[in-house]
Amino acid sequence: MGGHTSNYVPTSRWGKWLDERLPIARLMQSSFVDYPTPRNLNYLWTFGGILTVCLLAQIVTGVVLAMHYQPSDAGAFNSIEHIRRDVNYGWMLRNLHSVGASMFFLAVYIHIFRGFYYGSYKAPREVLWILGVIIMLLMMATAFMGYTLPWGQMSFWGVTVITNLFSALDTIYPGLGTAIVEWLWGGYAVSGVTLNRFFALHYLLPFVLTGVVGLHIWALHVVGQNNPTGLDIKQPSDTVPMHPYATAKDSVGLFAFLILFAWFAFFVPDYLGHADNYVEANPLVTPPHIVPEWYFLPFYAILRAFTSSFLGIPLGQYAKLCGVVAMFSAVILIAFAPWLDTSRVRSAKYRPIFKWFFWFFLFTCVALGYLGSKPAEGIYVIASQIFTLCYFLFFLAVMPIVGLIETPSRLPRSITDDVLSKGGTGLPTGATAAPESR
Amino acid sequence: MSTEALEPNRRDFLVVAGNAFVAVGAASLLWPFIQQMNPDASTMALSSVEVDLSPVKEGQAITAMWRGKPIFIRNRTKAEVEAAENVDVKTLPDDNARNENLPGDEPGTDANRTIKGHENWIVLIGICTHLGCIPKGQAMGDERGEYGGWFCPCHGSVYDTSGRIRKGPAPRNLEVPTYAFTTDTKIKIG
Repeated sequence: MGGHTSNYVPTSRWGKWLDERLPIARLMQSSFVDYPTPRNLNYLWTFGGILTVCLLAQIVTGVVLAMHYQPSDAGAFNSIEHIRRDVNYGWMLRNLHSVGASMFFLAVYIHIFRGFYYGSYKAPREVLWILGVIIMLLMMATAFMGYTLPWGQMSFWGVTVITNLFSALDTIYPGLGTAIVEWLWGGYAVSGVTLNRFFALHYLLPFVLTGVVGLHIWALHVVGQNNPTGLDIKQPSDTVPMHPYATAKDSVGLFAFLILFAWFAFFVPDYLGHADNYVEANPLVTPPHIVPEWYFLPFYAILRAFTSSFLGIPLGQYAKLCGVVAMFSAVILIAFAPWLDTSRVRSAKYRPIFKWFFWFFLFTCVALGYLGSKPAEGIYVIASQIFTLCYFLFFLAVMPIVGLIETPSRLPRSITDDVLSKGGTGLPTGATAAPESR
Repeated sequence: MSTEALEPNRRDFLVVAGNAFVAVGAASLLWPFIQQMNPDASTMALSSVEVDLSPVKEGQAITAMWRGKPIFIRNRTKAEVEAAENVDVKTLPDDNARNENLPGDEPGTDANRTIKGHENWIVLIGICTHLGCIPKGQAMGDERGEYGGWFCPCHGSVYDTSGRIRKGPAPRNLEVPTYAFTTDTKIKIG
């Protein structure tokens, strides 16, 4: 993949025979063994590998859960209890899958904020970044549909509220939104028909996701990894081969992450869920307080910030449409970061003003998450509106303006210089990438 | 390039015609795959229900099911009817009657949301027009909001005794479904 040419030398006759017909071992070696990685990567760069493991874990646990699950109005709720009580190790597989979704989002959010801090979205990584946003959207769709499958009260009303978002299009063209919503439901309300199609799509999307992840890794290996300095790789001493250096570091990060994962899955599997979801879906009773899973809370807060007015601006009948548009734009806007940020310096380490805005943006997202979990009334509404404004201003004002007015601090000449100036030593013998080509 | 090729020839015609057929064919093949997700025949078949109103005393309410949706039916007290009638329609967030029994675009007066001769009865699709929650107000002791109608706990929309939106994020009045009185105490919804 990419600019790095392979140093693969087949060692056996069979290896040579296959290499001439399908050079898959060559591809793997050049992509994941002697691939040159920046030598200064910190632990935030282990999340790519962690996310790959999360995806595989979700697919493996999901496929086996599907062998015991019944996607029907009458059977869904009971089949989840059947899995938890009767199926051999079902309790464990189910908890790994439901906690796994949360862990997946935790890792992906860290991965995204890493990208924001170190400017990983800037040229030449725009396509890589956009593919990442597509992956996040697919994850959100998959997680949303997955959460409906237990067919509890929160599942049912979560689908009702979120699919009803599309009815906001009625404000633009009467009947359009309703037609889309009934098409999604396959009826005049959320029912077993809806559940069945969501199950089919929930099974399909992870494989689509895997395909886009393949493209994401391909794009990464074409342009090369970013690193904490944000500098390009300029010389062989800036890099180490991926194996064993990056793979070893990835393993340390992965195992630390898996400890957290296992702690949730085995000790507090329901901590991130809602008690209401252990009540079977009832289309006649809405739970008093509908909340999505924690990873959707910031976006939910943005949706709800648009009540009949926004920061004193009356919205009238457009309130719902504004909320829906704002929520979707909050995600889509991330894809435009490469063009919104005007600074040519990538890493926030060398951007004295942007750095503080980054931390404030992180705070904004956490604050929105907190507000999304609170009822939409009183001070919470006003705070949601203020932080929603902050969220959008980060992209539409801070990114373009700070890049123009800020004087970046002095950049090191190269990755190697940066490492050595911090008391790092020269590379261990044979550490540079592709040693056999020296 | 030769200059005489500018005139469209038979090959150009075949290419355009061939591509057009492919496009039309692909679109018509796609249609069944989209259409299969729309409400199916068995769902459409459940299009009407009859409800007996005789046990519902003044001030009481019942909830019926129609097309998988809750239908709020309330036998309103005189005070509730009066409160609903004495509203200036122009001051409402949504001044449309939202009544499927009328052709459309009528002002949202209480008379336009009920059936003449049965003004005490209000029949509504019990789904909040914001994001589809079921408003409170049907059961005894439910919170009914400051206008005595219905209150949606999800995002705080307040409806009056005629089911019209008065406060909160919902854009439209609660919809009045197609229904008719078959006898004095029976209605047919749908």
